[in-house]
Amino acid sequence: MLTFTPYENPTYFGILAIALLPIVIGLLCGKRFHWYETLISFFFLVLIFGGSKLTQGIALIAYLVYEVLLVWGYTTYRKSRNQTGIFVGAVILAILPLVVVKLTPAINGTQSIIGFLGISYLTFKVVQTIMESRDGVLKKFEPWFFIQFLVFFPTISSGPIDRYRRFKRDYDHVPSQDKYLKLLQKGVHNIFLGFVYKYMLSYLFGTLMLPKIEHQALMAHGMSWSLVGVMYVYSMYLFFDFAGYSLFAIGTSYFMGVETPINFNAPFKSHNIKEFWNRWHMTLSFWFRDFIYMRLVFFLMKHKVFKSPKTTANVTYIINMTIMGFWHGVTWYYISYGILHGVALVVNDWWLRYKKKHQDKLPHNKFTELFATFITFNFVCFTFLLFSGFLNTMLFAK
Amino acid sequence: MDTKEKVLNILQDLTGNDVSEDMDSNLFDAGLLDSMGTVQLLLQLQSELGVNVPVSEFERSKWDTPNKIIAQVKELQA
Repeated sequence: MLTFTPYENPTYFGILAIALLPIVIGLLCGKRFHWYETLISFFFLVLIFGGSKLTQGIALIAYLVYEVLLVWGYTTYRKSRNQTGIFVGAVILAILPLVVVKLTPAINGTQSIIGFLGISYLTFKVVQTIMESRDGVLKKFEPWFFIQFLVFFPTISSGPIDRYRRFKRDYDHVPSQDKYLKLLQKGVHNIFLGFVYKYMLSYLFGTLMLPKIEHQALMAHGMSWSLVGVMYVYSMYLFFDFAGYSLFAIGTSYFMGVETPINFNAPFKSHNIKEFWNRWHMTLSFWFRDFIYMRLVFFLMKHKVFKSPKTTANVTYIINMTIMGFWHGVTWYYISYGILHGVALVVNDWWLRYKKKHQDKLPHNKFTELFATFITFNFVCFTFLLFSGFLNTMLFAK
Repeated sequence: MDTKEKVLNILQDLTGNDVSEDMDSNLFDAGLLDSMGTVQLLLQLQSELGVNVPVSEFERSKWDTPNKIIAQVKELQA
């Protein structure tokens, strides 16, 4: 049987167009057929996780049963009681499968059998649901809807990461014809821009240029202009590949009347690292901001762990970004990528404070802004070189 | 002091700026508030006004100007 990686080839888009047609007609007539949406989701899950990837499919089903029961259990408990220990326990149990999947390759060099494409993105959705339920903002838990939210097929493999309550509003709602026509227009635009990003630019950088320049850099042994080339070429490839994928996922969601949040907003225009994280892989960095950074700061400030708010912010930046590094994978280059960005955020905050204090003495003009963008871009590309694992290949692989 | 004044005091304290002159300016876009400032705001609202705002309740788009913040606090007090 055929298996597909989402949005990887023309056939996938062909099937997608046919499958979406009844949904589009329905929404244009002001109707949402949930039974059909479920059927299509199931069909695409079979395309993605069937055939040769059946072990992944089984892992997905087992994962879903486990997480749904867990969240159901926690939300039921939360209705009458609210102990911190139980909450922490629920979060730990929720991330346990992901931890196993991330640790297994680092420990014995093989992929875990409980892993499947997209497990980390599903785990984000599970954890945030538990946290919102703990906060009391999510009062009614519907298991069937929760599954639809988790396996919403346009975004299942790599996000963007949506939120339970936001997704629910769209899922329960039929947009007006006027609004929906605009969504369709945006959807088509996203998908065609995605084609340009993924099949032209990402292909150019990732498939045509990268292997050649990597080979040159390996031959040069150590510092070389080719290595600098790898840094920029890989960075371009990473952006166009992931932003292209995100445009497909968002465009497809629009066709289904779901306004999945955007993931990239011209990240290389950023003037500093803080701005960069508001423009790069946005749903991930906002997830980390809302569910790790802010909560950790809240906890540390409330219990007055550190005297100064600045120290609290700095320590939390480092912790937050280090966790993000670990999330990418347990390798030295992912973890140091995370730590480096944490440190950059600390330096960035210090600089912003310094700049505010010495406003009158520091120049601010088009040139300094251009310079800031230049520095940020190059720093980011350097961290992507680290992230790519190429240094690992160059330094340690024989 | 009424709610409005108290909130404005807290904001002035946090941002170092008198925000009462432009009640509809976006505090995040202006660089006056960030995640850290947000958490400090939530904690101060709790200790000084007794309103409990869980982090989950905080949606940036609904809390990004002085006017919106005051409206949110009043709603939570009611």
